[in-house]
Amino acid sequence: MTTKLFGEPVRRREDARLIVGKGRYLDDIGHNALAAAFVRSPHAHARITGIDVDGALDVEGLVAIYTYEDLTGPMAEPLPVLIPHPQLTAPRTGYPLANGEVNHVGEPIVMVVATDRYIAEDAAERILVSYEELPVIVGVDAARAAAHAVHEEIPDNVAARHHQQTGDVDPALAASPRTLSFTQYIERSACTPMEGKGVHAKWDADDRSLRVYSSTQASTSVRAAIAAKLGLSLEKVEVIAPDVGGGFGVKIVHPWPEELLVPLAAIALGQEVKWSEDRREHFTSSAHERQQRQEITVGYDDDGRITALDVHIWHDNGAYTPYGIIVPIVTATQLVGPYVIPVYRVVVESVYTNTVIVTPYRGAGRPQGCYAMERTMDRIADALDLDRAVVRERNLIQADQFPYDHHLTFQDGRPVIYDSGDYPGLLAKLRALVGWSEADALRNDAAARGKLLGIGMAMYVEGTGPGPYEGGHVQVLGSGKVLVATGLTSQGQGHETSFAQIVASELGVPIEDVEVTTGDTRRFPYAVGTFASRAAVMSGNAIALAARGVREKALRIAADVLEASPDDLEIDEGVVQVRGVPGSSIPLRTIAVLSNPLRYAFDEAAKQATQFAGPGDDSKPPVSPGDAPGLEHRDYYSPIRSTFASGAHAAIVEIDPATWEIDIVKYAVVHDCGNVVNPMIVEGQVHGGVAQGVAGALYERMAYDRDGQLQNASFMDFLMPYASEVPDIDIDHQSTPSPLNPLGIKGAGEAGVIPGTAAIASAIEDAVGRRIAAMPISPTELYDLVRNDDSELTEAYTRRSGTGAMA
Amino acid sequence: MKPAPFRYADPDTLDEALAVLSAEGEGAKVLAGGQSLLPLLSMRLAAPTTLVDINRVPGLDTVEVTGDGVTVGALVRHNQLLGGHRDAMAAARVQPLLARATANVAHPAIRNRGTTVGSIAHADPSGEMTAVLALTGGSVTVASPAGVQTVEWRDFFVGPLETSVHGAEVVTSAFFPALPPRSGTAFAEVARRKGDYAVCGAGVVVTLDQDRRVERIRASYLSVGLTPEVHDLTDAVVGKPVDSADWAAAGALARTLVDPDADIHASADYRRLLVAVLTERTLASAAAEAAARATVE
Ligand SMILES: Cc1cc2nc3c(=O)[nH]c(=O)nc-3n(C[C@H](O)[C@H](O)[C@H](O)COP(=O)(O)OP(=O)(O)OC[C@H]3O[C@@H](n4cnc5c(N)ncnc54)[C@H](O)[C@@H]3O)c2cc1C
Repeated sequence: MTTKLFGEPVRRREDARLIVGKGRYLDDIGHNALAAAFVRSPHAHARITGIDVDGALDVEGLVAIYTYEDLTGPMAEPLPVLIPHPQLTAPRTGYPLANGEVNHVGEPIVMVVATDRYIAEDAAERILVSYEELPVIVGVDAARAAAHAVHEEIPDNVAARHHQQTGDVDPALAASPRTLSFTQYIERSACTPMEGKGVHAKWDADDRSLRVYSSTQASTSVRAAIAAKLGLSLEKVEVIAPDVGGGFGVKIVHPWPEELLVPLAAIALGQEVKWSEDRREHFTSSAHERQQRQEITVGYDDDGRITALDVHIWHDNGAYTPYGIIVPIVTATQLVGPYVIPVYRVVVESVYTNTVIVTPYRGAGRPQGCYAMERTMDRIADALDLDRAVVRERNLIQADQFPYDHHLTFQDGRPVIYDSGDYPGLLAKLRALVGWSEADALRNDAAARGKLLGIGMAMYVEGTGPGPYEGGHVQVLGSGKVLVATGLTSQGQGHETSFAQIVASELGVPIEDVEVTTGDTRRFPYAVGTFASRAAVMSGNAIALAARGVREKALRIAADVLEASPDDLEIDEGVVQVRGVPGSSIPLRTIAVLSNPLRYAFDEAAKQATQFAGPGDDSKPPVSPGDAPGLEHRDYYSPIRSTFASGAHAAIVEIDPATWEIDIVKYAVVHDCGNVVNPMIVEGQVHGGVAQGVAGALYERMAYDRDGQLQNASFMDFLMPYASEVPDIDIDHQSTPSPLNPLGIKGAGEAGVIPGTAAIASAIEDAVGRRIAAMPISPTELYDLVRNDDSELTEAYTRRSGTGAMA
Repeated sequence: MKPAPFRYADPDTLDEALAVLSAEGEGAKVLAGGQSLLPLLSMRLAAPTTLVDINRVPGLDTVEVTGDGVTVGALVRHNQLLGGHRDAMAAARVQPLLARATANVAHPAIRNRGTTVGSIAHADPSGEMTAVLALTGGSVTVASPAGVQTVEWRDFFVGPLETSVHGAEVVTSAFFPALPPRSGTAFAEVARRKGDYAVCGAGVVVTLDQDRRVERIRASYLSVGLTPEVHDLTDAVVGKPVDSADWAAAGALARTLVDPDADIHASADYRRLLVAVLTERTLASAAAEAAARATVE
């Protein structure tokens, strides 16, 4: 059958449009719109003592200036804490425009609206804000020391103390044959999508309705936020995510101040207003992620089996907590990975700093958790002189242990119960793919070329596709076109293709007939959003259910017309056919026409349908109770809990011992996301994730100085890797379908990024024989490490030197 | 990130360009490829009152090669000095350092617009071409309403992003003297990402005597110091046969001569390390080239 497309590497149908410049991104909308620009804080922590706009008033083309004073009602209140949590005891959020105090460089203070962006920036430059500077906190250690408070009323800088445990860890550690403890750090990076954020708003004064385009990952929620904050009725607000040039998490946060302020101005001025974030704004005014200090104590036996694990993390949440403690919870619960941890205690203290807020960035806390767990495995192996792969293998959850309950509570409030997986299978494939057993030969070969070679690996389990729900709508038109809508948004993942594949397969129609719309509240008003690798799991299944509903209705109508039992019917290439009876068939598009008893004969389709229309039954209404006109169905998928994808990565690095440049010469990925809708798209997701994993391990960091100034707020100095820095990637797949959802799929969006830092740290440590306890690492830092007499040597290095292999 | 208002002129002749520059005064800036100037404008780190775009001025886009050296016109793009380009091949016969260094400048799209002379006029101590001008002992030609004069590299580079050119002056060309006889060159750098400004880079010229012994070594570095410097490393290996000279000794000497700064990408010590390593590596390859040329000559 030609229409069974599920699982096929169908080429991405959106690419042609996007590649030739036919995409419609935020800045492509509203050419005549007024432009907004912002005066943002140059200080990391200060009281605002005055705002003098006089100098801007004579700028020709200036339309309006807004400060906090101009905000009223809900707009004058702090921005919402989107996801409250009982352990988030001291949440803080900023105001749409600063209310007397700023807590990070880049915080918006004044909005200027002018006839174009140039003029808006000219005017913004002439606005004088005076400040009284306050002491600045940068970094987890300073936050923890709490010599100063970011928020006066929170003297210890602690927003939340997240705590979970699965048993009594102290006695378990005391009873452990061996223990080891260590502290390590991981730095800040950021999503840095190609397209920054952006908002366009248009107010229809006659209809008293608002249309907003936002480069968002959650249009339905942006809609609700705008309605609430601006005092509009929900049905008068529509929000559309146009083509979005990448999100990676930062655009799931909402409402961003600009998402409220731009509509506010559009309503007040009665004109279209637009704001397109520029790159510097994105660096200093959106969100970052990943800085943590991790203190780890592990108990284990002589075989390397873990007996107890005690983890204390300090997590830098930046100046505010609009997104609650999702990232700390994800770190705490995903840390355990594919391993049996008999007794586990984790405390994550989420602390304030005078830096940009921290919200999910692809991986959302998992890379940090993976780094903690996997580096623990490396340490155990090192202490016991065991192969790092062997130690992992001994601790893995076995294939017959599913469903596996970790007795933890996930970010969605549901239990961390792994639905399915085969972790020993992953590890076996990884060892083969990367050539784990040949590492010593490679090492010697590299040494002969004057290079230090090292190999490292890391495994992960990723909770994907959390609820609460996502919906899908599928409708067959009389033209034969199949319209598909879901409320969640797309940022380049290929949803148009994979969702179309699902519908084409479920419904038995050619994929060319299927049109997919995402993120448009006019088409589907209920949605949660695109994050946590949930689009395929959540909307994919919802759309499949909707398509099944359509199929059922189509077969019911066809059975009537063809005088057959629905069980004897099949749909292929858009035609319903009585199985084994050639000629006894009816096109789906004709059923679509028949499904609506009101059929003015506008077109051929309606005329054709008449031949099938039987005489009406006078004893029944034209639309039976419980039925509805039209060949369409709306359905929702709401999972009992997340499904858990998994994978294993290995990296081989070569280091030049003269310049300490680090080169990844091999990168291997084994990946399990259950049933795969489109393997080409999944591989693309893995590639992009690995690129960001390499970025976080070797290149990117937010270089804040002590005053809270971000010193590298441009792509000149923030080293997002180019294609030239990303290694070739070898991928092998494994598939353990999820028993939790109809399609058996697990999410794939974030996986690629998760183990990068851990695997690369392990490989570098293996190459240089020095303990790597802070990531990312650059050549200049590696040079400092190797020539520091106090830096710790690994046991493996000492042993190897002893045998002369490394001499 | 939009520039502050500025006036724009695109004169058809050099005289006209100079006239506009003198009429506009100190606030005017020459616009060549725009690859350094426009980002500065967009970030509002610079706000010239007028941009004088010289791209329509005829006669500035040529590369002239003579036995004395290579003269690169003000509108010659980086790519014109690279790889398979006809001008590049001619230039390489006289001064191979040009193409070798240019290969490290930025990315293809930037090299299509950015100019060699613009790079030099921009005077970024991390720029490849500033170092090459210094290392080859080059000069620039500066036109002003008063006439044309030649400025030696030493007098031209005043500070980071600062040259002796002011007001109504346009650099019309840069001159890179030919590689001396029995000499070889090499260029290498360490950059965090391919095409980035170097964390550290080195260009060297090795000259041998008639007996294939080291006669003279000069080196210039990128991202080390406020202006390009040329260091004489001859002492470390003078008189040593080319095949057995201890290039590491020259590297060690270089390390003591430089005084680099730290930034977010590298500590000063790391830059010193790279100066030594890159010196040693480039010298080995430059010496091999010198030896080969000495044999042919
Ligand atoms: C992402 C990126 C990476 C880069 N990487 C590198 C790199 O690795 N190495 C490197 O060397 N460069 C790099 N560059 C800069 C690039 O080489 C520029 O082309 C060059 O520095 C300036 O040349 P331009 O013609 O574009 O000059 P413009 O940008 O037009 O001008 C630069 C300055 O020189 C002045 N100027 C230009 N021409 C003249 C003239 N004829 N007379 C008087 N004044 C003049 C201008 O007034 C201005 O002050 C990079 C640029 C970018 C954007």
